[in-house]
Amino acid sequence: MFSSAVRRVVRRSFSTSKWSGAQQMTVRDALNSALDEEMERDEKVFLLGEEVALYDGAYKVSRGLWKKYGDKRVIDTPITEAGFAGIAVGAAMAGLRPVCEFMTFNFSMQAIDQIINSAAKTFYMSAGRVNVPIVFRGPNGAAAGVAAQHSQCFGAWYSHCPGLKVVSPYNSEDAKGLLKAAIRDPDPIVVLENEILYGVQYPMSDEALSKDFVLPIGKAKIERVGKHVTLVAHSKAVEQALEAANELAGKGIEAEVINLRSLRPLDIDTIVQSIVKTNHCLTVEQGWPHCGIGAEISARISESEAFYHLDAPVIRVTGVDTPMPYTKSLEIAALPQMSDVVFAVNKVLGLQ
Amino acid sequence: MIEKILFKYGKRMYFKDALLRQAQRQFRDTATNAKIDTNNPSFLGIQTVFTGELRIIDEQCYDPLPIFRILHSSHEHVQLPEDFKLDENTLIKMYRKMVTLNIMDKILYESQRQGRISFYMTGTGEEAIQIGSAAAVTLEDVIYAQYREAGVLLWRGHSVADFMNQCYGNCKDASKGRQMPVHYGSKKLNFVTISSPLTTQLPQAVGTAYALKRSKKNTCAICYFGEGAASEGDAHAAFNFAATLECPIIFICRNNGYAISTPTREQFKGDGIAARGPAYGIPTIRVDGNDVLAMYYATKVARECCTRSEKPFLIEAMTYRIGHHSTSDDSTAYRSSDEIAYWTRYMPIIRYRSYLESVGLWCEQRDIELKKHVKTSVLLAFTEAEKERKACWKELFTDVYRTMPKHISKQMYSMEKHVAEFHKHYPLHFFKQA
Ligand SMILES: Cc1ncc(C[n+]2csc(CCOP(=O)(O)OP(=O)(O)O)c2C)c(N)n1
Ligand SMILES: [Mg+2]
Repeated sequence: MFSSAVRRVVRRSFSTSKWSGAQQMTVRDALNSALDEEMERDEKVFLLGEEVALYDGAYKVSRGLWKKYGDKRVIDTPITEAGFAGIAVGAAMAGLRPVCEFMTFNFSMQAIDQIINSAAKTFYMSAGRVNVPIVFRGPNGAAAGVAAQHSQCFGAWYSHCPGLKVVSPYNSEDAKGLLKAAIRDPDPIVVLENEILYGVQYPMSDEALSKDFVLPIGKAKIERVGKHVTLVAHSKAVEQALEAANELAGKGIEAEVINLRSLRPLDIDTIVQSIVKTNHCLTVEQGWPHCGIGAEISARISESEAFYHLDAPVIRVTGVDTPMPYTKSLEIAALPQMSDVVFAVNKVLGLQ
Repeated sequence: MIEKILFKYGKRMYFKDALLRQAQRQFRDTATNAKIDTNNPSFLGIQTVFTGELRIIDEQCYDPLPIFRILHSSHEHVQLPEDFKLDENTLIKMYRKMVTLNIMDKILYESQRQGRISFYMTGTGEEAIQIGSAAAVTLEDVIYAQYREAGVLLWRGHSVADFMNQCYGNCKDASKGRQMPVHYGSKKLNFVTISSPLTTQLPQAVGTAYALKRSKKNTCAICYFGEGAASEGDAHAAFNFAATLECPIIFICRNNGYAISTPTREQFKGDGIAARGPAYGIPTIRVDGNDVLAMYYATKVARECCTRSEKPFLIEAMTYRIGHHSTSDDSTAYRSSDEIAYWTRYMPIIRYRSYLESVGLWCEQRDIELKKHVKTSVLLAFTEAEKERKACWKELFTDVYRTMPKHISKQMYSMEKHVAEFHKHYPLHFFKQA
């Protein structure tokens, strides 16, 4: 089952006749239906952000919601990230369930004080009396051709902070299940979406199409089973990991690909169990290496029994340690590619 | 440029369509309001008035906003507004609370100097703002304060012991010893826990006001802040959002002359914080913050206006911070003792007491008794709080999330084992047992 899903993803540019029967859905539509279903389910859920109403959102994730739910539930805000993040925090403290959209997470830095000092810490500081059920969501990480100030991954930034939960969906099922779970959750949650994946179609199981579909936060998914090496990735990097696994399979190397889904809490158990089997591990992410998600995973492995099962050091495949360049050729060089993963796997397995 | 980036995906399908819809809607709005006149078009969002005379608008164009007050220096002239309704008991209760706050401040300030608590901030000189405004709103209204508003909480029913327990962070502290002294909060009393980073409470209060409006309970949010905090970008965001979202909120600015060492003349230009209200389309009152009756009345009017129209209101309360900014500050480094002495004469407690005496509600004897009684009860609560044990050490791990995740319960479990094994080396008797 896993390998067939992988095949579909990897070959999505080829014929998909084998899958024509299954329902396909873009990540954008999956997010849209998650919002729609949760707004319908709970009066308290409302969406706010720049251009989310009349304009349907900068990336059209909120398409049709303003028409359906009106000004009270879908609110266009002035251009003040710190302001509307604060509004959302206050509304959540008073019992509503705001979904706060950032045009991109790059602009969430304007509001990071509200997210960390207020949303993440209030439950603790109020001694468990005031919880902040809020979702901060929007596209995260590198898009294409938008350079340094629009291409940053905030996975490590937000994962650093106790009080927050951070999810990073890869495909349409992830997106729908995790966003719905986030909206229902009593704690503040950061949902890191990926702009490039918005328009990509993935199959949706019948279960995932149901209004009751939620995914557990803090649980990773094994996208592909393998026994020689473990590849741990999140968001768009899962795609590179799967592509690499496909390439390696041709040479007789079976890679196990773990899609983290949640960055905090981190499902270290799934990673440990996989390493016990494969004895090798690499992490793949688009963010920077220093203090990144891969660094955290590597440290956690060293502190666990998995360490004794490793035949080689854990290697991180990450974005390069510079701001994102604009030029296309440099941009490609700055992001981990499938070939980088294949190269690193060969190195870890001592094949080169 | 940014648009180009952001709308890359949806643009072909939606860009034209949505803009057209928006433009049509806006034009319909203006066209219905104004006659079609090609000479005098009507600009969007403002009232359009043309002139041939070039005028520069500056401060000199306006009179300074006047300060509303009730208590004059000679009490014969005190004229209460017609609809001013406060019974004698409430008038006296206001005085008692002001005195209690003042004495509690003195004792806790001293206790910090003696090293018994780590930090404190007094509200000396600002008692009227707190008590006057608190008396004018209801317990259902939600309070967002900055940090110098303990009097508001006192009025709402927080006991002296509650304050003491918080400052000591003992096991009776409702916030489980997690916050710095004076960062009070009470869910029961609708008083949101104080947050240190300045001005974050403003947009949050607007968000709460928005939720209150939706709840249709006819209540509002009241948000206190200093004139220094008003310089943060969050203040702009809050005013503009409150106005455009039409939220029932009363912004109360305590303009006490200083932000730590920064005097107001370096904090802002123009006619204070009140002058900003009309620019945001927010009805505004400037009030004498050292006059508890004026403070009460202004807040009462603001509340009526605010809940009736479901729109924001701004009050700028003029006062003076008599005490140091906090126990980490020595204000003699940046202001003269003459200045402090000058303002001490206008202390709200003194002014209010002399008014109460002038109408026969108070006398020297009652004053001595009250102060003695309050001092004894505050000192008693103080010693009790100091004796109390600290919160159970396990509380360190709770409330990070609604349900404790595995990685935290693991840490708690290993600490439990550690403490059990090495209990002899820890002062466990200081902590409440699990
Ligand atoms: C974002 C932020 N910047 C700086 C500070 C440090 N700080 C604490 S209180 C204060 C002065 C605030 O003055 P004002 O708002 O006038 O209130 P007052 O102390 O006079 O009551 C400053 C600068 C802070 N707490 N938060
Ligand atoms: Mg001040």
